[in-house]
Amino acid sequence: MTPVMFLTWGALAIVLGTIAGWSFRWILSRCTTGYVRIAVRQAPVAASFGMLIILLYVGVAILAPLIAPFAEREVVADQFMPWSATNLLGTDNLGRDMFTRLIYGARNTVGIAFAVTVIAFVIGSTFGLLAATVGGWADQLSSRLVDVMMAIPALIFSLLLLTIFGTSIISLVLVIAVIDSTRVFRVARAVAQTIVTMDFVEAARLRGETLFRLVFREVLPNALAPLIAEFGLRFCFVFLSISALSFLGVGIQPPMADWGSMVRDNAALITFGDLTPLLPAGAIALLAVAVNFVVDWFLHIASGLQE
Amino acid sequence: MRKISNLILQRLALGFVTLFLVSLVIFLAAELLPGDIAEAMLGQSATPETLASLRLELGLDQPAYIRYVHWLGGALTGDFGKSLATGRPISELLHPQLENTFFLATYSIVLAVPLAIGLGVLTALLRNTLPDRLLNGVALTAISFPEFFVAYILICVLAQTGIFPSMTRLTPGGGLGGFLYSAFLPALTLTMVVTAHMMRMTRAAIINLLALPYIEMARLKGMPSLRIIVIHALPNALAPIITVVAINIAYLITGVVIVEVVFVYPGLGQLMVDSVSRRDMPVVQSIALIFAATYVLINLLADVLSILTNPRLLHTK
Repeated sequence: MTPVMFLTWGALAIVLGTIAGWSFRWILSRCTTGYVRIAVRQAPVAASFGMLIILLYVGVAILAPLIAPFAEREVVADQFMPWSATNLLGTDNLGRDMFTRLIYGARNTVGIAFAVTVIAFVIGSTFGLLAATVGGWADQLSSRLVDVMMAIPALIFSLLLLTIFGTSIISLVLVIAVIDSTRVFRVARAVAQTIVTMDFVEAARLRGETLFRLVFREVLPNALAPLIAEFGLRFCFVFLSISALSFLGVGIQPPMADWGSMVRDNAALITFGDLTPLLPAGAIALLAVAVNFVVDWFLHIASGLQE
Repeated sequence: MRKISNLILQRLALGFVTLFLVSLVIFLAAELLPGDIAEAMLGQSATPETLASLRLELGLDQPAYIRYVHWLGGALTGDFGKSLATGRPISELLHPQLENTFFLATYSIVLAVPLAIGLGVLTALLRNTLPDRLLNGVALTAISFPEFFVAYILICVLAQTGIFPSMTRLTPGGGLGGFLYSAFLPALTLTMVVTAHMMRMTRAAIINLLALPYIEMARLKGMPSLRIIVIHALPNALAPIITVVAINIAYLITGVVIVEVVFVYPGLGQLMVDSVSRRDMPVVQSIALIFAATYVLINLLADVLSILTNPRLLHTK
C-alpha cells in the first residue's frame, strides 16, 4: 500500500461515513417525536454516525451465532488461507474462519469491556458519591488512597496485578474494573462535591434522611449527566486497554475469539502485504471512535452550550 | 519569592511521599500472592525442606517490613534482586533495555511536543474554520485508535515500500543517525498517538484564555491575532500546556510497552510483557517501579515548572 493509496482510502472512508451518518440521522428524525426529535435533528453528523456504528456492533454481538457461517472455535481449512467464497476473509493461524472470529469478537471483546465498565462504575461512583457526602477523614483517606493508585500508569499497574492473579477472564475483569474505578471515583467525587454544598442537600440532611437516601436519592440524580458521559469515555478506555492487553498476550485468552489477540496471532501476514489482520484492529478503532463521537455530542448537550 | 519557594518545597515533599507510597503498593502487591515466591519458583517439586531452604536463601523468613526496606534500599542502589525465570540479576537484564526505552521516549517527545504545540496554536488561531474542524476531527479519531493499529498502518504504508525497517534492530556501531533511522517508525507511532491529545488540549487552553478581557483589550488596540496568541495568550497558557505534556508522558509509558512489542524493539516494555507471561514477579515489580517512579517524577517536574512559569506567582510583591 502506497501513501497515496492510503490517503485515497482515508478520504473515501470519511465520505462514506458522512453519508451514512447523514442518512441515519434522517431516518432517526422520522421515527422520533418531541424533544428527542429536536435533539436528533441538531445532532452533528459525526454523532449520528457514531450511534449507527454502536447500534451495528450491538446487533452483531447479539446475533453473532445467526450471522457467523461457522462455529467460534471450529477449524475449517488450512492455515492462513486467502479470501475466498467459503472463507470470506480467509483463515487465521490455526485455520479458523476469520470472518466468524471477527463476528464472535464483537460479542466477547465488547461484552467483556461493557461488563468491566459497569463494575468499575458501580464501585467507583458509589464510593465517590459516598466520600463527598460523608466528608471528613473518610473522604481524605479514600481520596489519598486513590491518588496513590492513580500515580501508577494504568497499563503498568494492570500488568503487575495480572502477574499476581494470573490471566483468567475473572481476574482480567476484576483487575481492570478496580483500576478504572479509581478514575470513576475521582469524577464522581468532584461532581458530588459541588452538589452536596447546595441547599436542598442541606435541607435533606436536616430532615434526617439516611445516608443511603442522601447518596442515591438526592445526590445521584443530580450527578447523572456527567456520570453518563464519563461512562462512555470510561468504556472507550476499558475497551482499548483490554484490547491492548489481549494484543500483548495477557488479556482474553485463546480459544476465545477476541480482536486484540486476533491482531497478535495473525500479525505475521502484514509483512507479506496481506491486510486482513488490520480488520480486527480497525474494528476496535471504529467502535472507540464511534463512542467518542457520541460522548462528545452528549457532553455538548449536557453542558447546555450553544455555538 | 518566599511564597514560591514554599510552594515548590511543598510539592517536592508531596511528590516524595507519593513516590514512597507507590513503591509500597508495588511491593505489597506481591504479598497478595496465594503462597509466596518460593512456592511459585519450585512449583510441583516443592517439599517442605526445599521450600524452607529457598525461603531462607531469598530472605522470605523475615517479616514483610524488613524485606521492604531491603528491597527499596537495593532498588535505590541499582540492585533489584534476581529474576525467577533465569536466576540472573535483574540489573543485568535491565541494562541495555532501560537506555533503549529512554531513547525511544525522548525521540518521540522531541518530535511530538513542538508539533503538538504548533498545531494547537494554529488551530486556536484558525478556530471554527474548516481546517480547524478537519484537524480536530482527525485528532479525535487518532485519540481513539489503539496504538497497535496506528503502528501496523504505518508499517503498511511506510515499511512495505521499503523506506523504513518494520523491525527495530539496534546495532551497537550504528551511531546516532543509525538509531534515529531504525527507531523512526516506533517513534512516529508514539508521536501520532500523543500529539492528538496534546494538540487538542493546547487548543482548548488557548481558546479559554481568548475569552478574557485583556485579550479583548489587545484586539481593540488593533494587534494582529498571531501576535495576540504568541505574546499575550501563550505565556499564560504555559502552565496548562506543561500539565498536558506531563499527562501525555503517561500515555507514552503505556504506548511504549505496546509499540515495543509491535516493532520487536529491545526495551523495557518488551521485557515487562515477557516477564508477565512467565509470571516472573521480581522483574515485573522492578520495571513497574521504574515506570511508576518516572511517571511520578515527571508529574512533579511539571508541577514545579507550572508554578515557576505562572506570571501571577512570579510577579507578586
